[in-house]
Amino acid sequence: MEKTVNKIEVRDLHKAFGRKRVLNGVNLTVGKKESVVVIGGSGTGKSVLIKCIQGLITPDSGSIKVDGIETVGAPRKESEKLYATMGMLFQGGALFDSLSVWENVAFGLMENQKMPRRQAREKAVEVLRQVGLGADVADLSPAELSGGMQKRVGLARAVATRPDIIFFDEPTTGLDPIMADVINDLIIDSVKKLGASALTITHDMASARKIADRIAMLYQGKIIWDGTVAELDRTDNPYVRQFVNGSASGPIKVEI
Amino acid sequence: MQHHKYLENFLRALGKPLVVFVSRIGELSEFIAKSLYHCVTPPFYPKLLLRQIIDIGFYSLPVVALTTIFAGMVIALQTNAGFSSYGAESAIAEVVLISVTRELAPAFAGLMVAGRIGAAMAAEIGTMRVTEQIDALSTLSTNPFKYLVAPRLWAGVIVLPVLVMIGDVIGIFGGYLVAVYQLDFNPANYIKTTVNELQWIDLYTGIVKAAVFGFVIALMGCYNGYRSKGGAQGVGEATTNAVVASSIIILIFNYVITGLIFTK
Ligand SMILES: Nc1ncnc2c1ncn2[C@@H]1O[C@H](COP(=O)(O)OP(=O)(O)O)[C@@H](O)[C@H]1O
Ligand SMILES: [Mg+2]
Repeated sequence: MEKTVNKIEVRDLHKAFGRKRVLNGVNLTVGKKESVVVIGGSGTGKSVLIKCIQGLITPDSGSIKVDGIETVGAPRKESEKLYATMGMLFQGGALFDSLSVWENVAFGLMENQKMPRRQAREKAVEVLRQVGLGADVADLSPAELSGGMQKRVGLARAVATRPDIIFFDEPTTGLDPIMADVINDLIIDSVKKLGASALTITHDMASARKIADRIAMLYQGKIIWDGTVAELDRTDNPYVRQFVNGSASGPIKVEI
Repeated sequence: MQHHKYLENFLRALGKPLVVFVSRIGELSEFIAKSLYHCVTPPFYPKLLLRQIIDIGFYSLPVVALTTIFAGMVIALQTNAGFSSYGAESAIAEVVLISVTRELAPAFAGLMVAGRIGAAMAAEIGTMRVTEQIDALSTLSTNPFKYLVAPRLWAGVIVLPVLVMIGDVIGIFGGYLVAVYQLDFNPANYIKTTVNELQWIDLYTGIVKAAVFGFVIALMGCYNGYRSKGGAQGVGEATTNAVVASSIIILIFNYVITGLIFTK
């Protein structure tokens, strides 16, 4: 029987820091070429979840399969190949401030794929153009760019190595609504162009609606709801309703 | 009964810092083991190593020169004060030679570089940690230990001995200045004594110390930077910890290495 393998399959994932349980049995799948958005409040463990998937944080227990291959507890060398097919746009950009913009974008190409410098630079300028930046920014340092431009460079760096899976950590947080929408369009565009799967975490509902094929909500260490955007608007799950409506009253209590 | 209670409270009070201490030692040991492994396995980054060598070495030269020249000068003065004026002339050159090469040049260079470079390393790597640049390296299939830690450790081990050798020359020159221009001793005698008395063990002691100090400074800078968390404040703490820890370790190791080399 031919079974279609999910791109990412997370089962019963646990992670605690000291006594603080952050992930408490997360189940989540991302299909091939699917764009999944995980929503949830600040500090609920969204970043921890995607860092576990990328091997940046070692989970306490559970299973994470990438292309059907288990990575939890697997030898680092083998998982390394899977991690190499991933790209990530970090929340704060995480651009290397000791390198120029184009060196940031071309980093994976030069360090990993051993592309010669001149060729890597050409490639970087091309990818920068795809995210709406001119060749004139290529030689600037990341610190000289605005927040929106840094996000674009981060996006360019994430897609330059043509990954199969791209992670977006709060791609629109801290941007004005118009710039946020521009970034949303760029995300949709780049993911589609690459034919990649995408896993985005955000608490920006406008962004979630726009880029998601499917939305999942993380609350108290678990995925408590999972469905399409249309289903999101019809659900009577009180937690989801409260989050979507951005209401202070409801079952979700904010710890102050 | 009562005694048990006291004992229990005592052990409990002792327990937590002890657990923290032991886990910190474990963490540091793991960091060292990982660093050493990645220092000797490819890929290597020669360009980054060169940059570190210039950062550590070239820009530390002025402070090392200033501290060692005054160290040599003060030793010359003290030796003159401590000996009769007849004995001083022959003693100064030798005392300056031995104290500068074996003790003062390595200790001053070590402490100066710890303040300049240990702090800078912790701040740079700490900032990279809290702004997720270290995670970003990993997602671009680049091992942060190979890319960040290994070049700094190599540079520390390579550069400090060179700095110390330069410090040796400058420190001895400082002694010469005081002996010749302030105390009016014969310059030719000073140089002759220095050359005659110079032993392999003087240089070798300073160089071994320097290499160890270079390693300690880079290690503490990288380790504290690497494990920093919580934004700017965390980076500030990492910087302080790196300098304090490496300075203390340098002074302890200075004693230990002298003991190992000179105790018969
Ligand atoms: N490396 C770490 N060490 C200790 N605690 C951590 C670490 N990373 C995250 N946490 C904690 O885990 C919780 C979830 O963090 P995070 O995943 O960043 O939240 P968010 O959903 O906003 O992305 C937070 O309370 C945070 O303090
Ligand atoms: Mg986060």
